Amino acid sequence: MSIELKGISKRFGEVNAVADVNFSVKEGELVALLGPSGGGKTTVLRMIAGLEMPTEGDIFIGGQRVDDISVQKRNIGFVFQNYALFKNMSVFNNVAFGLKIKKVSKPEIEARVMELLQLLGLSGLEKRYPHQLSGGQRQRVAIARAMASKPKVLLLDEPFGAVDAKIRQELREWLVTLHHDLNVTTLFVTHDQEEAMEVSDRIVIFSNGKLAQIGSPRDVYERPVNEFVARFIGVMNVLELKVSNGKGHVGELQFPLPDGFTADTARIGFRPYAVQISTDVTQYRYQAILRRTYFLGIMLRLELELPSGLKIRSRMTKEEYSQLALYDGCDVSFQIREFRYLGSENSGLRPELLNINELPPTYGDHI
Amino acid sequence: MAGSVKHKFSKRQSVSRRGAEEPPLVKWILIFIGVSFAMVFLLLPLLSVFVSAFSAGLGYFIEALTTHDSRSAISLTLLIALITVPLNVIFGLAASWAIAKFEFRGKAFLITLIDLPFAISPVVSGLVFILLFGLQGYFGQWLDDHDIKIVFAAPGMVLATLFVTFPFVARELIPIMQAGGREQEEAALTLGASPWQMIWYVTLPSIKWGLLYGVILCNARAMGEFGAVSVLSGHIRGETETMSLRVQSLYEDGGTSETAAFAIAALLALLALFTLIFKTYVEWKSARNHLIAEHSEISKHLSEPAS
Repeated sequence: MSIELKGISKRFGEVNAVADVNFSVKEGELVALLGPSGGGKTTVLRMIAGLEMPTEGDIFIGGQRVDDISVQKRNIGFVFQNYALFKNMSVFNNVAFGLKIKKVSKPEIEARVMELLQLLGLSGLEKRYPHQLSGGQRQRVAIARAMASKPKVLLLDEPFGAVDAKIRQELREWLVTLHHDLNVTTLFVTHDQEEAMEVSDRIVIFSNGKLAQIGSPRDVYERPVNEFVARFIGVMNVLELKVSNGKGHVGELQFPLPDGFTADTARIGFRPYAVQISTDVTQYRYQAILRRTYFLGIMLRLELELPSGLKIRSRMTKEEYSQLALYDGCDVSFQIREFRYLGSENSGLRPELLNINELPPTYGDHI
Repeated sequence: MAGSVKHKFSKRQSVSRRGAEEPPLVKWILIFIGVSFAMVFLLLPLLSVFVSAFSAGLGYFIEALTTHDSRSAISLTLLIALITVPLNVIFGLAASWAIAKFEFRGKAFLITLIDLPFAISPVVSGLVFILLFGLQGYFGQWLDDHDIKIVFAAPGMVLATLFVTFPFVARELIPIMQAGGREQEEAALTLGASPWQMIWYVTLPSIKWGLLYGVILCNARAMGEFGAVSVLSGHIRGETETMSLRVQSLYEDGGTSETAAFAIAALLALLALFTLIFKTYVEWKSARNHLIAEHSEISKHLSEPAS
């Protein structure tokens, strides 16, 4: 089922946890709600489930307004951050709970539970109690329990937060497969941008209770609407420019300005991969020293220092690095292939500032 | 210099081999002090109660317990426990639920208030009710006009016991409910459970051992209370005497009654032993249910002598 939020706000006393959030999720989509902790994403998820009531606005599930429908009747599957398995019940009874409440017949319950346990690779564990399970198994029991009565929507709160890194990777891949098999509209909350990028069809990014950006992983990475999103999704060099003679300056670097730009300062951002390096110090416009190389597996991150002391980050593959015969302390020249003007974190959502960001993302090699 | 370094090193090595362990002598002295103290001040008096109770033979022991006044004392004690324990269970559930699951103004005050009976001498707790319901008290005249007897009668004794045993169940449940959080209950709701189904299938099973533990302690105190009940009892034999009060009055009578006093005291001591055994069982059982951490802290607090 589709989900739609219209003008949703939530206040806890004086605190605006969520402010005027609008977005919609199409049927069968897998969507991540991403943001730093305290950003309001969990509150949004809980409002969709009916565990919290919005202070303002309406929520539609499958086109039907659900504001007056209680949590019990919304027929959503909710997976809690710490799984919230019923400690006093076996795996079987945990998964069967919702069906028993709905007075489904015994043979039907038996069949459905066994089918789900099979699907989630939990066969043979039905008599175990939650404290006898590993973190990954608990997680899957929680998902099986949420899926038991065939909900229209599956909501997961930080689904991989409480398991260790290796299992997290497995669970991610497994969630994508499961979503593909069941094709149920799925929303999950995460503060891990990598997780959101890897798993979801689209990402909804929250900042301080406001919606910062919605888009595919590629969209938000390549076309962040503001500095907050840009810094949150991946690594970005962010520089503050002073404006004079129709150009933006910082240290040795010079950037063209968009037409009609009038302010004294501007902020720009560029990804490390956009910094192109050569050992021929005359090949590109700017000169720098390679200060330090960080090995991140297949990719390397390079820290360049300009004569003025300005530092910027670049990245390249191991092959490129050895082809160029780079070493810490060597002289290089570089150019910045593409960059973006950024709205500030607080004002980034105001439309009058957004138009700066609607410049074509690439300014090419003419810097 | 090399020598001194070597010396230091070897010295440290010899210390670290023993680690943080105490020398055996210290260990045995501490064990001896602990055990002998418990023997002399706890076990010996308890044994002497039973020895005195049976000093005139089993026949007299049974006779002492079955006189009209003794039977009346036993049934009044049971009646008081039968009224106060369920009421405290209801109150304890409501208060701990409110404190653990909701945020409201005056929450800290309510928690302090629950502890009040622990802090106040039971005699004062009794006097409070005299002040309220006695003939000279605020409601005394009105009660007298309507021919309702509270003070120096069973209702007053129930009230006093209720006051004194007030914290036991609530104090036991608050930390368990707080540790449990709301997630399991919310999970039940998202799975379609009504609030009553949620309480029945999720909340109560998760607190049942803590609740039982609170009930045991509450019951022991309700049956054993002396101070507050004494103030509100009219000390009318066969009418307003509980077991603990009867022990005192028989003992004051002297002579053969003293043995009867010990017979009743032995019965109370048996109740205490039974409580201890049951308590140990529940602790063991709830430890198996991963609740031990919460318990050790509270039981320490609750086992302090109250009067």
